Amino acid sequence: MGLLSDPNRRRALTNLLTRLNTPICVLCYLAGVAWFMGLAFEPFTLRTYMSENAMGSTMVEERFPAGERALVTAREFGAHKRKSGAMPVDWLVKTMQSRGLEVYTQSFSRRLPFPDENKERYMVRGTNVYGILRAPRAPRTEALVLSAPCSPDNSNNQAVGLLLGLAQYFRSQIYWAKDIIFLVNEHDLIGMQAWLEAYHHTNITGMDWAPLHGRGGSIQAALSLELSSDVVTSLDLVLEGLNGQLPNLDLANLFYTFCQKQDILCTIQEKLQRSDWDSVSGYSQAVQTMALMVLKQASGRPWGDHGLFLRYHIESATIRGINSFRQYKTDTTTVGRLLEGMFRKLNNLLERLHQSYFFYLLPSLSRFVSIGYYMPAFGFLAVILLLRALDLWVQLGALPSVTEDGVGSRALPLQSSSPSLVSILTPVVISHLTGAALYTLPVLSQELAVQHFPVSETEAVVLTAIAIYTAGLALPHNTHRYSSIAKQGWRVLKLVAVLYLAVLLSCTALINFSLGFILALTLVPVAAFVTPHVPKVLSAVVMVLLAPGCTLLYCVFAFQELQEAPVSLIDGWMLFLSVISQGMLDHALYGSLVYPLLALFIYPCWLILWNILFWK
Amino acid sequence: MPNIIAVVCASYGLAQSVCDGEDLPARAERFFRSDHTNNWAVLVCTSRFWFNYRHVANTLSVYRSVKRLGIPDSHIVLMLADDMACNHRNPKPATVFSHKNMELNVYGDDVEVDYRGYEVTVENFLRVLTGRLPPSTPRSKRLLSDDHSNILIYLTGHGGNGFLKFQDSEEISNVELADAFEQMWQKRRYNELLFIIDTCQGASMYERFYSPNLMALASSQVGEDSLSHQPDLAIGVHLMDRYTFYLLEFLEDIHPASQANMNDLFKVCPKSQCVSTPGHRTDLFQRDPGSVLITDFFGSVRKVEITMETINLTVPGIPLERFGGEPHTETALAYVDQLPVAQIIHQKPKQKDWHPPDGFILGLWTLILLVFFRTYGIKHLKHIF
Repeated sequence: MGLLSDPNRRRALTNLLTRLNTPICVLCYLAGVAWFMGLAFEPFTLRTYMSENAMGSTMVEERFPAGERALVTAREFGAHKRKSGAMPVDWLVKTMQSRGLEVYTQSFSRRLPFPDENKERYMVRGTNVYGILRAPRAPRTEALVLSAPCSPDNSNNQAVGLLLGLAQYFRSQIYWAKDIIFLVNEHDLIGMQAWLEAYHHTNITGMDWAPLHGRGGSIQAALSLELSSDVVTSLDLVLEGLNGQLPNLDLANLFYTFCQKQDILCTIQEKLQRSDWDSVSGYSQAVQTMALMVLKQASGRPWGDHGLFLRYHIESATIRGINSFRQYKTDTTTVGRLLEGMFRKLNNLLERLHQSYFFYLLPSLSRFVSIGYYMPAFGFLAVILLLRALDLWVQLGALPSVTEDGVGSRALPLQSSSPSLVSILTPVVISHLTGAALYTLPVLSQELAVQHFPVSETEAVVLTAIAIYTAGLALPHNTHRYSSIAKQGWRVLKLVAVLYLAVLLSCTALINFSLGFILALTLVPVAAFVTPHVPKVLSAVVMVLLAPGCTLLYCVFAFQELQEAPVSLIDGWMLFLSVISQGMLDHALYGSLVYPLLALFIYPCWLILWNILFWK
Repeated sequence: MPNIIAVVCASYGLAQSVCDGEDLPARAERFFRSDHTNNWAVLVCTSRFWFNYRHVANTLSVYRSVKRLGIPDSHIVLMLADDMACNHRNPKPATVFSHKNMELNVYGDDVEVDYRGYEVTVENFLRVLTGRLPPSTPRSKRLLSDDHSNILIYLTGHGGNGFLKFQDSEEISNVELADAFEQMWQKRRYNELLFIIDTCQGASMYERFYSPNLMALASSQVGEDSLSHQPDLAIGVHLMDRYTFYLLEFLEDIHPASQANMNDLFKVCPKSQCVSTPGHRTDLFQRDPGSVLITDFFGSVRKVEITMETINLTVPGIPLERFGGEPHTETALAYVDQLPVAQIIHQKPKQKDWHPPDGFILGLWTLILLVFFRTYGIKHLKHIF
């Protein structure tokens, strides 16, 4: 007989499964964590290489001469900005036109759901200014974008100055095969979102924008520049975009190659390259860099103005100039040459960047970990859930055989299945309703909260969210008090919960590995060990400590630690509150999916598990 | 029969100065070294896209040398798969450079491209070689060679073991190429053919040749890559491939009266310069490569010898060296039977798959039956017999 159809053999297998379940689960968890930590280990990583043939090993000669003139332009821009208080639209239009570009403006306005305390804005109204450099001989089918944000304070003036300097230099060259769009966006991401939505004729977030009068072709690649000082000591590359999407690795490779050619210090996560990656300190730096990337990717917010391009399948990155106290400084001309080189190479492209990886982790700029290598770390964690589900299935299948011994108890197994269906639906529905309340009520009830409590709107929203979150802990657990055989109903509920969590985490990990992995790290042990029979108080404490909210708190502290700017508890708590508000704003403004995922799916799942803990 | 052109020149000191101190019969011997009367060249660049600039530059350099040495445009079929000179990315429009710092513009202003852009396909290439073109094809797109033509065929692009890629969408295999050359031989479309290929693993393309009078050169052996030579930073691409670069340098020293022979050509680009190992194949070629002049293929040199004296050419032909040293017997040439009906009808059908011998199957069944009866008892046997 077959292995699974022979009842004796099957019983032996299931006994093995039941007996060894906990040890295998623990082993898998440790294996998952160890695999993740081992990803940054230097012999296991691959060196980055340029995959796109069209951008290949051919070097170009960069001849951009006008760094100083760009700085003068930057100072002019800063002066006009201070004078007008907002973006100096007329001055920008005039300057771009004098450089021979086709200039257009776009106005937009947006009312945020609640005031943004980090950037101090609520009613946002602004203008984007962009100039198109038409390719001299090519048809206008493709375009490249270089953008610099117009910041309200005195930062990023040099970025705009360099952008205008490059525009003038590029205008005199004849080898452009694609249109180049020079964009200065106001109110950073909001302006960028308005411009992109208008360019692609979509309206995802309900913003109010004027249509674009001038257009290039389909955008092949975009670079966003942030430069706030006349000289820089290093250039930082920011890759993480909206919902954890990353540009093609070839863009990072391109940046790294040119940094090496121009002899500029380049960093990722603001950590320098080193030569001894296989030493202990090298390994710890690689782990820190990778962990920072994981945390940034998991947050689902765009970490630079480039982050919104990725949604439209436009490979983009942000280059940020950093001026720290270091002896070796790079002037604006060299930065301009780096950008010129990158644009010449992007000009050679015949199709969108697609040869290299789209899913990767970077422990450093010269090494990468591809999806095939990091996915098993998550796989180990997901296997734990499947093993638990199998264990529960076996237990559920074994239960009727136990009750068959009694006389006339034939009817009982049949009865036990039907009430448990109702009794498991109730917690599921209630949890999801709580999740829906967590998603919708904070923003809707901010006015009510402000009337009754002396807090600002933002604080009201965040505190309402935390209140609903905590209130979920006090939900009734005994809806099934009146059904007869409900003692084993928790198994069915747990089976449903475990499978639901497995599907949820797997789908999340496919799109945003970091988010899925971090959630799995804390939720999988909770889902695995919780039963009504474990000691209640201790398990309750552990469950609360491993809840999604506290996971977020730990991530905030870990992020600060990794950035080498550790915060005290109070500051950490305030940061945590601002992170919640930013998450909600990101969802409303740009369509980030982290907040709905956590509120509508992860939190109800955790509530179901909480329900199981207190099952009577 | 070799053309007998012995011109008795009237006076002029020209003849004296040319023929001083040379033995006349020796010169006459040299005169009949080759039996071709016209030269053709088919130069093909098979890759498109801006980063394959070097392939177009390769082909144009060979075109330039071939034209300089005398082959006219009407006898050159130039196939370029992409237009580099007018590409949007070319910072120097209307030029294609082969040396960096823009020393040598191989595009010039009298380039005549016969097949351009998407017309460069495997089908068109094979049709040009075999002559099977529709009647509407203009003369400039035809290879109108006869049985006294020496043809130079130069291919460049991206290749692999046994194939050459045309335009990113199709390939020509070495078997196809060999068959095309055999068709050319059977239709007597060439006297001798020199085949040069500059691609990765180029030697695999001439492995399958089986027609006579073919000589082949390749830039790299099977398993090796042909490398590019030098990038030009202002243009931003690699300008030439190594093999063709050194070939061009070699050919720049050749002039129409030059006596350099094929052995010198085989020495072009040794491994120290080319990184790959160039290869050549001469076993199908009737003459000794040492007696084949470069200008026999690369140039169109009119054989005109001016002499004041008469030479007695009653000696019947000059014995040319052959493999094995057998004298060349003049057999009547006939076309190969294209459809040998008799052979086809009386052919025994070839056994495609191997079946085990019949006796084996019989023995196997006997064994099975014996085992069956042994296991289940001999008493069943009486039901059979």
